[in-house]
Amino acid sequence: MGWAFSLRLMAAEDVLSLAALVMILLIAWLGDRSARAMTWLAVLAIAGSALFVIPDLTSGAMGPGVSGFYGQYSADAFASFAKILIDISAIASLLVAPAFFARVAGGMRPEYPLLLLLAVLGMGLMVSATNLITLYIGLELNSLASYVLAAMLRSDERSAEAGLKYFVLGALASGILLFGMSLVYGFAGSVDFLGLRAALHGPVAVGAIFGITFMFAGLAFKISAVPFHMWTPDVYEGAPTPVTTFFATAAKTAALAMTMRVALMAFGREVHAWQQVVIFAALASIIVGALGAIGQTNIKRLLAYSSINNVGFILIGLACATPGGAAAMLTYMAIYVAMSVGSFLVVLMMKDETGEPVESIADLAGLSRHRKVLALCFAMVMFALAGIPPLFGFWGKFVVFQAAVSAGLVPLAAIGIAASVIGAFYYLKIVKIMYFDEPAMRITGKSDALHQAILLLSAVAISPLGYLATKWLAGVSYAAATGLFAVG
Amino acid sequence: MSGFPILTLMLAVPLLGALGCLASDAPRARMIALVATLVDFALGLVLWADFQVGGAQWQFTERLPLFSGFQWALGIDGIALVLILLSVFLMPICILASWDAIEKRVGEYMAAFLLMETLMIGVFAAQDLFLFYIFFEAGLIPMYLIIGIWGGADRIYASYKFFLYTLLGSVLMLIAMLWMANEAGTTDIPTLMHYDFPPGAQNWLWLAFFASFAVKMPMWPVHTWLPDAHVQAPTAGSVILAGVLLKMGGYGFIRFSLPMFPEASAHFAPLIFALSMVAVVYTSLVALVQHDMKKLIAYSSVAHMAIVTVGLFAFDRQGIEGAMVVMLSHGLVSGALFLCVGVIYDRLHTREIDRYGGLSINMPAYALLFMLFTMASIGLPGTSGFIGEFLSLAGIYQLSSWVAAVSTTGIILGAAYMLYLYRRVAFGDQTHSDAARMPDLSVREWAMLAPIALVVLWMGVHPESFIAPFRADVAALDARVAQARPASDAGLTPPAAGLVQAEAR
Repeated sequence: MGWAFSLRLMAAEDVLSLAALVMILLIAWLGDRSARAMTWLAVLAIAGSALFVIPDLTSGAMGPGVSGFYGQYSADAFASFAKILIDISAIASLLVAPAFFARVAGGMRPEYPLLLLLAVLGMGLMVSATNLITLYIGLELNSLASYVLAAMLRSDERSAEAGLKYFVLGALASGILLFGMSLVYGFAGSVDFLGLRAALHGPVAVGAIFGITFMFAGLAFKISAVPFHMWTPDVYEGAPTPVTTFFATAAKTAALAMTMRVALMAFGREVHAWQQVVIFAALASIIVGALGAIGQTNIKRLLAYSSINNVGFILIGLACATPGGAAAMLTYMAIYVAMSVGSFLVVLMMKDETGEPVESIADLAGLSRHRKVLALCFAMVMFALAGIPPLFGFWGKFVVFQAAVSAGLVPLAAIGIAASVIGAFYYLKIVKIMYFDEPAMRITGKSDALHQAILLLSAVAISPLGYLATKWLAGVSYAAATGLFAVG
Repeated sequence: MSGFPILTLMLAVPLLGALGCLASDAPRARMIALVATLVDFALGLVLWADFQVGGAQWQFTERLPLFSGFQWALGIDGIALVLILLSVFLMPICILASWDAIEKRVGEYMAAFLLMETLMIGVFAAQDLFLFYIFFEAGLIPMYLIIGIWGGADRIYASYKFFLYTLLGSVLMLIAMLWMANEAGTTDIPTLMHYDFPPGAQNWLWLAFFASFAVKMPMWPVHTWLPDAHVQAPTAGSVILAGVLLKMGGYGFIRFSLPMFPEASAHFAPLIFALSMVAVVYTSLVALVQHDMKKLIAYSSVAHMAIVTVGLFAFDRQGIEGAMVVMLSHGLVSGALFLCVGVIYDRLHTREIDRYGGLSINMPAYALLFMLFTMASIGLPGTSGFIGEFLSLAGIYQLSSWVAAVSTTGIILGAAYMLYLYRRVAFGDQTHSDAARMPDLSVREWAMLAPIALVVLWMGVHPESFIAPFRADVAALDARVAQARPASDAGLTPPAAGLVQAEAR
């Protein structure tokens, strides 16, 4: 298990790091006009790094053979699954950016692709980390880049507010997480996931339980689960829309995958220590996410609450603490990425005549009259998010609840699914505004061809055609999930 | 015909038509929709002709393991066959009914209707638990849009109520289905129909399914979405709602609740009876005082559906067969009544009963057909309504004479409110000059109403054509639930000879 082997194992991160270093130099040399080229370079780097992780997914890699740096890093099928989702989301967030910034800020700064690349690098470490320290390094690399990304529009007060808010609350959460880690380390005597797994079973010291709880609080902040969700609507609203897309998809996937690995691998033998916490967070997220969205008038805030709501459903899979539950989470996350990309693409395409972004939900009124395809795609996304078959969003809920029922959590499943009806209300409201109301004729700006293409891609992914992929998706997500359980 | 995927074809034709309509202008969309529904109707007739009465229970089966966790499994028995026939029969009529009445966004309207047709056929043809659920639930989307976009003044409230009521009902069913699939290890409906779930669990599962089907049916007290939805929906929407969507609830009871949970069904039969008795009396009385024609017919639907539930839970062949006939008959008759309302609504743009009067003078042909459907709704012998109601009530009488007695008042009350409606609309003085000037039925309206009238009479005179396909399936269901049949209070010796006659030939 030499250094060369370990470096080969993390080839995806190597590519990203090298690309980031090259980009720093190039940006310093070329200045602002390199923004577009840098975007494509970043897309290439991420796509290239994805090529290195795809084989792990199809081979279902797991076990000690894929562990590098003395057990601090794991390139298993699980990490591969999460990284592919992160890479797809990141590429989408990169591709939509130039047109957006050109319109809003008069041009894109080359730091956007660079910071995004660094965030993706941090996310890769987060999902591959099998050691608390590695995990923290990845998390901070991701977070610091994200804080700056949120404040990317320096002249926009809301963007600056979002960045500041994200930073202060994110730092607090990191502190809570670190405090939890230190307690866990103090009582279990290890920072290694496998070491923790070995140490934490049977009767566990109260201090370790406290540590686990603090860690879950910190993680809940990162995945914006209730009751640590307050920052989400503000940050999602204030951040530039491509950045919000990135937060809602890539950042969420990475944080959820990290939470899964911590919960199921490190604390996998202490399920009862955290299961109730997760059940509470799941139900609270579903209900608060649904209720909070009802009163919103800004589409980005509404989508922020919708993401809180979705995290609740994903956490139901975690509460199962079974391979089936973990696989369901991964499936849900894959579908969620497609739905989120689609919904934020629509937000990006909401522009008035002059090209200024429009964010008010009321401006969607009667969209179906003059922008048929856009309205149809958005309606599909809304019905998918509401989990109404035959759209593919239903499948995510289906697998999660199936896992919950198999794990014997029937009451949780019943309450969760009944609460999903509340969520359906506001998704329906959007459809109602677009289809039933008289046209407001605000959204008349022309859309970018690239934006349209990505929106159509995600619409196809969440259309009923998606069911044809269920066999494959079930296979790979199960193979990826079992890796978390196969360890000692 | 074995091997040829005719059911998939029947699902595909309207779906392709829907896509075509979305991309077409109004006149072309109308033609596409009419052709697609007529093709599907022709396919339905082929299905009927090829269905072997007395053959295998499940025919035209298709199995394709396309998905993870469930499969593309289609197949029909006689019960599904007649309900599919009802759907494909009503669809071209609905398209005709919307021909001129819908002026805005015609392409999208026709697409929504064709999508609806695909999903309805899918519900009746699905042989996999989750495939059924997907079709069942997906129907909400087009119906929501139909009510919300093309409905009346208060359409938004009605569309929300429709969607959220039915969604809340069905999601609990999904949890029950997941549990069943987990317990039985299969999602195949024919297999599950013979699976014995533990009696303790049956009660919960039954209640979860009941939550869904009772809303869909709809049963008192969760029926309140129906009058709103009916009143606000465009005419064709009401026809489909009353004609086919309500039947999904009854179909669900026949396909799931009774055969899969016979013990729980027996356990909860008193609940069904209580709710049905309230519904029969209460909604009939409510119907009596309505001023809005559509609302009146909507409430009468609730009362008729209560007769269906009473018949289904009679645990008796006569009762179940009767319930099936009531469903078919009600699908035709209430659909036709909504069309009749639509005919005069298109002329005067009001549903107020008081705005009409004496229509038999200036619209004699209309008055004649309207009377036929009124009589069929009341259950006059010689019409389809009589056969179904008689069999259902005869069935329930063998189980509980009290339930039968109370339910029978529904027939009398039904006669009261329907005749009262008819008198106010068709007879009396022509108090409103605009109503008196309305022209009689056009060719298109004849083409809508005459076929239904013929089938109503056919079913009334020779019900055997429609009962024969599902007789064996009802017998199988009866045998399945026999183990749980509650004790009878009627003190009958084995069924009297006359009753056997009525049921058998």
